[in-house]
Amino acid sequence: MGKRLKGFDVTVKDVSRAYGNFKALDDVSIEIRKGEFFSLLGPSGCGKTTLLRIIAGFDSPDNGVVLLDGKDILPLPPDKRQVNTVFQSYALFPHLSVYENVAFPLRLRKVPAGKLDAKVRDYLHLVQLDNHMDKKPSMLSGGQKQRVAIARALINEPSVLLLDEPLSALDAKLRQNLLVELDHLHDQIGITFIYVTHDQSEALSVSDRIAVMNQGKVLQIGTPYEIYESPATDFVARFIGETNLFPAVVKQCDPYEDYYMTTLDIPALGTEIKVTDYDNLAVGQHVSFTVRPEKLKITGHQPTRVGKDINLFRGIVEEPIYSGFQSKYYVSLENGTVIKVIQQHANYMDEGPDIDWKDQVFVSWSAEDGYIVEVVDS
Amino acid sequence: MSTSPKVKSAAVAAKLKKQPKKMRLEPSRLVEAPKGTPGPYKLPKNQMFQDHRKFGFSNIMLVLVIAFLFMPLFVVVTYSFNASRGMRWTGFSLEWYYKLFFDSKELWRAFANSFVIAITSSIVATFLGSLSAIGIKWYKFKSRSYIQVVSFLPMVLPEVIIGISMLIFFTAVKIPLGMFSIFVAHTTFNLPFVFLLVSARLEEFDFSVIEAARDLGATERQTLMKVIVPSIMPGVMSGLLMAITMSLEDFVITFFVSGPGSTTLPLYVYSMIRYGVSPVINALSLVLILGIMLLALGFRRFLKTIAASS
Repeated sequence: MGKRLKGFDVTVKDVSRAYGNFKALDDVSIEIRKGEFFSLLGPSGCGKTTLLRIIAGFDSPDNGVVLLDGKDILPLPPDKRQVNTVFQSYALFPHLSVYENVAFPLRLRKVPAGKLDAKVRDYLHLVQLDNHMDKKPSMLSGGQKQRVAIARALINEPSVLLLDEPLSALDAKLRQNLLVELDHLHDQIGITFIYVTHDQSEALSVSDRIAVMNQGKVLQIGTPYEIYESPATDFVARFIGETNLFPAVVKQCDPYEDYYMTTLDIPALGTEIKVTDYDNLAVGQHVSFTVRPEKLKITGHQPTRVGKDINLFRGIVEEPIYSGFQSKYYVSLENGTVIKVIQQHANYMDEGPDIDWKDQVFVSWSAEDGYIVEVVDS
Repeated sequence: MSTSPKVKSAAVAAKLKKQPKKMRLEPSRLVEAPKGTPGPYKLPKNQMFQDHRKFGFSNIMLVLVIAFLFMPLFVVVTYSFNASRGMRWTGFSLEWYYKLFFDSKELWRAFANSFVIAITSSIVATFLGSLSAIGIKWYKFKSRSYIQVVSFLPMVLPEVIIGISMLIFFTAVKIPLGMFSIFVAHTTFNLPFVFLLVSARLEEFDFSVIEAARDLGATERQTLMKVIVPSIMPGVMSGLLMAITMSLEDFVITFFVSGPGSTTLPLYVYSMIRYGVSPVINALSLVLILGIMLLALGFRRFLKTIAASS
C-alpha cells in the first residue's frame, strides 16, 4: 500500500465512570502521542475496556474530558469520531461476504463503485485475504475473521485504531503471528493504535508505551522496559512477568565513591540482603524488595568466590519445571521461604538439566539486580 | 557451609565426560510405508457400520415408515383418475379434474378465502412476533418473563379450548364471525411460532455487531436497516413460512370462529366428505401436492441461501 495515514494524539483527562457502586474508572488521565502503539494492560475488570469504549463513543464518562487532536470528542456519536474499533468477538456482519464487510463503511459514504472496488481490494491485500473475498464470515477461521475486522476498521482511514483484546480468542501460535503482523501494520500506516489486553507478554512485545491499570486506576505509564525493570508498585511488579517480592526494612545506607549500597532486612528470608543504587532511603523505612527470577543464578555447587555485592542462599529444589528453552525452579530456602529461579538453557544438554528434584542448590544474585518497588511510609 | 559431595561430584563428572550427541530415532523407523497402505483412520467401506445388514431392524422400520406415510397419498392420487365414484377401479378418466377446475365454484372460493387469510394473518403475525422477540431480547423490563410465558400459551393449549374461547370472546364483543374473526384468530395462534423462531435467531445475534456498525459510520437507522434486519431475516422468513403453513391447514380453531361465506379450504373439504368422499377431493389432493412440491423446490434455493448466511 505504501500509504501513510495521519495519526492523532488522544488525551484522557480526569475521566471517571461508575456503574452503581462499582468504580470502573477512577480519575484516569493518560496522554497518548501521535502514531504511538499504546497498550492498556490490566486484569479483567480493571477498567481498560471501559476506557476504550469511552474513546470509541459507546459509553460516556461521569466526568472528565477526552480530546482527539486537541478537540473534545465526548459530544460526538460513535459514527462521527475519527476512531475505529476492532472487537474481541470480531463483530463481522454475518449476512455479508468478506468483501462486503470491508466495503460496508464505503457504501455508507456512497463512494463511487470504481474507487470503492480498488480500495477494498487494496485493504484486503493488506491483510492477506485476497483469496477469500467471496466467502461468508462463517466459513473463515478465527485468525482470518480478525483480519477482516482489521481491514474493515482501517478502510475508513481513522486517525486512531482501537483494539479490544483482538487476539484473545485465538490459539497461542496464531496469536504470536498476528501480533507481529499488527506491529508491521502499525509501522506501515503510522496511525495511533490503542491496544487493550490482559496479556502482559503481548503488551510488552509490541507497545511503544504501556499503561498498567487496576481497579479503575492507572498505576504506571511507561515503555515496556521501564514497566518491567522498574515497576512502580507491588501490583505492577507482580502482574508484569514473574517476580520474587518481599517486604523489607532499610537497615543501612552506605555511599561509596560512585554508587550507594543499601542493606535491607528481609524477615521472610531471615537475613539481610544488599541492593544498589538508592540514595533517597532513610534507615528504618519500610519498603518492598523485588528481584526477577531470571536474574537469579542457580548452581549445584557452592560458588568459590563470593563478592560483597552478591546475595547468596542455600536451598532445596522443590519443583523443577522444564519447558524446553528454560527451566523454572521453586527453591525452598533454609528458613522455608520459597523463591522462584529461572535458568535459560543456552547450550545443548544431552542428559537434560543437571539440577533435579530435591537437589541441594545455591541461589545468588548481584546487588545490582534487585529493585525496591514501593516505598511504604513507616 | 558444607556441600553434599555427591551432588558436587556428579555435576563435575557430567562436565568432564560429555557424551557425543545421540540420535534418538533409529534409521529403520524412517523407512516409508509401501504405497497403497491405508492410513490408520480409514476403515474399509463395509466395516464402517458393523451392524448394517440388508434386512436389519433399521432398514425394515425405514421402509415401513415411508410406506405408512406415502401409501395413503398414493391411493388418493390413483383414485383421482378412477372413472367411477366408488372404491372399485373401473377405468382411467380425467372427469374429476374437469369437475374440479370447471364445476367447483364453492371449492375455489374456499381456497381463495384460505389463501387470503393465510397471507394476511401470517404477515401480521410475523411483523408483531418479530418485533416482540426483538423487544423482549433487547430491552430489560419487569414483566419480561411473564410475557414470554403467556405468549407460549396458544402453542401449548389444545386448539379446541382456544377455538371455544375465541368464539365466546367474539360474540361477547360483538365482532361478527367471518373473514375478519378468522384472520384475528389465525394471527393470534401464529404469533408464538414466529416469536419462537425469531427469538432463536436472536439468541446467536452478536450485539457487538451493532456497535461495529455505528463505529464504522452508520447512523442508528442505517444500523437497523443494513445490519440488524438482514441478520435476523432468516429467522423472520422461516417464521413467515411456518405461519403460512399453520394458517392454511388449521381446521379446529377456524371451525369455531368462521361465519357464513367465510368457509376455508379445510372446512369445505370436511363438509364435502360428510356426504361421502367425492373423487373431486382426490383430484384436489394431487393438485395441492404438486403445487406444494413446486413451491418447496422453488423455495429450496431460497432456504439454502438463508442457511448459508447463518
